Amino acid sequence: MQPAIAISGVSKTYASGFNALKSVDLDIKHGEIFALLGPNGAGKTTLISIVCGIVNRSSGTVSVNGNDIDRDYRMARSLIGLVPQELTVESFETVRSALTFSRGLFGKPANPALIEQILKDLSLWDKRDAKIITLSGGMKRRVMIGKALAHEPKILFLDEPSAGVDVELRQDMWAMVRRLRESGVTIILTTHYIEEAEEMADRVGVINRGEIVLVENKEELMRKLGRKQLRLELRHPLDAVPQALAGYGLELSADGGTLTYTYDNQSERPGVASLLRDLVTEGIAFRDLDTLNSSLEEIFVNLVRKAS
Amino acid sequence: MNRHAIWAIYRVEMARTVRTLLQSVVSPVISTSLYFVVFGAAIGSRIDQIDGVSYGAFIVPGLIMLSLLTQSISNASFGIYFPKFVGTIYELLSAPVSYLEIVIAYVGAAATKSTAIGLIILATSSLFVPLHIEHPFWMLAFLILTAVTFSLFGFIIGIWAGTFEQLQLVPLLIVTPLTFLGGSFYSIDMLPGIWRTITLFSPVVYLVSGFRWAFFGKADVSLGLSLGMTLAFLFACVAVIAWIFRTGYRLRT
Ligand SMILES: Nc1ncnc2c1ncn2[C@@H]1O[C@H](COP(=O)(O)OP(=O)(O)O)[C@@H](O)[C@H]1O
Ligand SMILES: [Mg+2]
Repeated sequence: MQPAIAISGVSKTYASGFNALKSVDLDIKHGEIFALLGPNGAGKTTLISIVCGIVNRSSGTVSVNGNDIDRDYRMARSLIGLVPQELTVESFETVRSALTFSRGLFGKPANPALIEQILKDLSLWDKRDAKIITLSGGMKRRVMIGKALAHEPKILFLDEPSAGVDVELRQDMWAMVRRLRESGVTIILTTHYIEEAEEMADRVGVINRGEIVLVENKEELMRKLGRKQLRLELRHPLDAVPQALAGYGLELSADGGTLTYTYDNQSERPGVASLLRDLVTEGIAFRDLDTLNSSLEEIFVNLVRKAS
Repeated sequence: MNRHAIWAIYRVEMARTVRTLLQSVVSPVISTSLYFVVFGAAIGSRIDQIDGVSYGAFIVPGLIMLSLLTQSISNASFGIYFPKFVGTIYELLSAPVSYLEIVIAYVGAAATKSTAIGLIILATSSLFVPLHIEHPFWMLAFLILTAVTFSLFGFIIGIWAGTFEQLQLVPLLIVTPLTFLGGSFYSIDMLPGIWRTITLFSPVVYLVSGFRWAFFGKADVSLGLSLGMTLAFLFACVAVIAWIFRTGYRLRT
């Protein structure tokens, strides 16, 4: 089956000469929640805007469900719903007419019952006849989500969905995202919050300075996230790890002075307490010890630093 | 053809007209009435007739054209500039709509509105001067053709404009002078030689002349030339718009 979105060799140089994307390759699978994680200015919005047809790419190809975004732009675009980063709404429209407009714009016949359902899901039904200008920021954000869903897209982009969003809306939004995923909608969200990627995504792609530096299943990342290291500075260097300690998978530094024990939350390996007991039994004394906790944050920072 | 999209855009644009009914309809009616008071009554009382038509009646086609031009340009330019300005253009750019559909919807809405205003002014005029329209079909044809042509022109301005000042600039610096030099309030035969030649470069001359012919059966230039020049301007606008969309000029970065 073709991927929901196939991005291949896409780069973007803005008119200013700024190279915002450098040959990005990325496939989004059907039905997944994909988080595009990266610091501000990494190129997340640029990438999304290219897929959605808002920004022209400098090179590369993009297809949506096998439809080239230039050649088969109608098919490609009608599959996509976009909630952009910026709050931009027609102030003088009413909430309901804004959704009705979006649905029509995407080529779907009117369906008042569906619009009603979306408005109710987004807790906007009471405000259906209110002018958008009279709504709070959070409510406007809900309207933008509603507009993106009005034409029943198969793929939903959420660009920085939780930027400036209150707790309640965040929870509503995530509940909705999960519901959509259950109904088969593919969801791509961008964020610079690691927790958000962790909480929501099936897969995470890390982007920095216009380059994808990592794409991984979240479980895989979580394993790395949950990984801890215990480092022991030995009093007397060892030539080799003693046989009795083989089960711990210890690493000995080149000078034989440091032993490193890596373990994670889910691991079957015996715990730190038993290691320390066994060390005493073996007569290995240590001068000092410290533990390292490698979080996704750390992985992320490392990746970003390495790439720059 | 994405009919739903055309209809959606058209409806939103027309809804804005209804929302701003006062300024979009009432103000042209008031200003037309003032023109009649000033030009028709005050000045017209000193001018007998032009080409056998009373001066009050003579200026009706020019007045309608004047409003038609300014209204078409301002409606269409604002219609597409506004979403660019507030950022809602993202939705249009990401929607499965073709360029042709976008143009049909925006230009169609702007032209509908200015045609309606033209007809309202015509009705207002008939309160001031007795009017007899020689060629009603051609009158309507010129009305619609002009509305569409200048709505296309306005659409181009709306896409080109980066600021509200620029949006006002073209109508102010080009359209108003062209209209005044376009024989709206006089027969171009009344101008001294050199000015007469200059005005022939104004496309408005041909519009007003053709339109006036539809009213009175008399014109400054021939009907064929009027029609030809109007169509030429129309196709020039279409060509520019086609280029804009092909290159994404000022729409897609
Ligand atoms: N229209 C533009 N012209 C020039 N540079 C731009 C434009 N839009 C974005 N950029 C630059 O491209 C980079 C990536 O921007 P963006 O895609 O918005 O990043 P992100 O969404 O990851 O924060 C930034 O450095 C930004 O300044
Ligand atoms: Mg962004």
